[in-house]
Amino acid sequence: MRVPLTGRVVAAMLELKNIYKTFNPGTVNEKTALDNLSLTLNNGDFVTVIGGNGAGKSTMLNAICGVFKLDSGSVVLDGVDVTKMPEFKRAKFLGRVFQDPMMGTAAQMQIDENLALAARRGASRTLKWGITKNERSRYRVLLAHLGLGLEDRLTSKVGLLSGGQRQAVTLLMASLKQPKLLLLDEHTAALDPKTAAKVLALTKQIVEENSLTTLMVTHNMRDAIAYGNRLIMMHDGHIILDISGEDKKNLTVDDLLHEFTKASGEEFANDRALLT
Amino acid sequence: MLSLLNSMPGAVAQGLIWGIMAIGLYITYKVLDVADLTVDGTLCTGGAVCVMMMLSGHGVGVSMLVAFIAGMCAGLVTGVFHTVMGIPAILAGILTQLSLYSVNLKIMGKANQALNVRNYDLLVSMQYNRNTNPLNNTIFIVIIFTVVLIAVLYWFFGTEAGSGIRATGCNENMSRAQGINTNLNKVIGLVLSNGIVALSGSLLAQYQGFADVQMGRGAIVIGLAAVIIGEAIFGKVFRSFALHLVSVTLGAIIYYIVYQVVIWRGIDPDLLKMLSAIVVAVFLAVPYIRTTYFARPANRKGGGGDA
Repeated sequence: MRVPLTGRVVAAMLELKNIYKTFNPGTVNEKTALDNLSLTLNNGDFVTVIGGNGAGKSTMLNAICGVFKLDSGSVVLDGVDVTKMPEFKRAKFLGRVFQDPMMGTAAQMQIDENLALAARRGASRTLKWGITKNERSRYRVLLAHLGLGLEDRLTSKVGLLSGGQRQAVTLLMASLKQPKLLLLDEHTAALDPKTAAKVLALTKQIVEENSLTTLMVTHNMRDAIAYGNRLIMMHDGHIILDISGEDKKNLTVDDLLHEFTKASGEEFANDRALLT
Repeated sequence: MLSLLNSMPGAVAQGLIWGIMAIGLYITYKVLDVADLTVDGTLCTGGAVCVMMMLSGHGVGVSMLVAFIAGMCAGLVTGVFHTVMGIPAILAGILTQLSLYSVNLKIMGKANQALNVRNYDLLVSMQYNRNTNPLNNTIFIVIIFTVVLIAVLYWFFGTEAGSGIRATGCNENMSRAQGINTNLNKVIGLVLSNGIVALSGSLLAQYQGFADVQMGRGAIVIGLAAVIIGEAIFGKVFRSFALHLVSVTLGAIIYYIVYQVVIWRGIDPDLLKMLSAIVVAVFLAVPYIRTTYFARPANRKGGGGDA
């Protein structure tokens, strides 16, 4: 057990220790998704995650969120061991944006209602009114800040928004109540390039304004290089490359492809990653 | 024609009572997005408990309260089947419904129990439809009941807790990501819904003067019919949550008026359940058929979500 630090020491925000996870064990579909995965994120790290299909990127995020039980290993968030904590309780510490824009919001509820739900993440849900007047005016300011014209549509159903708008709202929801860790699971992959760029810029803005520790999975190598202070590459359920600081700034896509081939002994067979 | 007009107050009263049942169903079917078949059993449980309580000398208020609690227990069983034991919601409801058949027989001791309006002080009865003072009038009392119920539900689903239940029905993934205990919320929804259905059952048993082990058969279909008819007719105008519940009530009244017309036209009453099922099937099928077989390319503006 790690004792919570009190001094001005750079503390680890996330520690994944020797995580194993096999899906469908004992069947023809057996798949070892996480294979002795270990990772430590420092407070304020913005880490981009790349890797081929089935490398375990999304599975890693889901392991952090507690979507499934681990076979072994542990997840420690800011000194608290959350390995056994159910998903809805862990949510207190985590902001999440999914690949599918439909997944992060409640389509039949209004924009302000969605935000109000997110503002109460981790708090007990009482018999007090679900949204207050003060909240509404705060949301209007925050939505205006997104620059998508949503501030005048507080009572619109989220289902009426475009994919990009929904992802922007989901980002706002994820950061509304300061999370210890922001998890972005290819959150721009389902958007057209122009919208994706806008949402990415917004992501950067929100991460910097709130100085969030962030884990961003992406298929786009250029984005992985351009954003964040650290880059990790996954393959076969563990991390095969971990670059930060100056080394990361000088990276090129060719370097990454080369590193991938060297580390994994395979060609990086993913069209989407090359189309950048 | 006169006989039809004469049957109208009865149709409205019955529609209102079934409307309360349909409001209960609305919570599971529309808010939680679960088709809960428990209600077929719960309706009778509510009626049976109320009648037996009154026969053993309790007042109508206490009897209905206990009926409400009994219904909530039935919902709790379905909820536990579904969330703790992982049984699909429909099957969980069927299992509870089947066991409620035995439970209801045991509550009543036999297949039906009569409650004579002349010997007991009932809240509603078909004897009170007309020719009574307005404050005793069944239609008036059930309307008050419905208004209070809608007001309470409107309040509850506007609270933090109620919003969590609505979110659970909309998007479970998102709800868990926002720290909402989705399993607990499903159980709460089922408990609340079945409590309301049992309450409706207790009113129905008083109204018709007896509880019968068959009284809930097909209740879910009638409830769905009310929800669907209400939505089809008033959906474009009534948009808020409270007005949705009003439209459900109106849907149930329309259902019973049509029902009376059908009987008046001399259609074999044996066929009525089948007609109800066909009506619900058609209304459920229409949106699907429209989008599947007559789909026009969507004309959406704004940044595309699916590039």
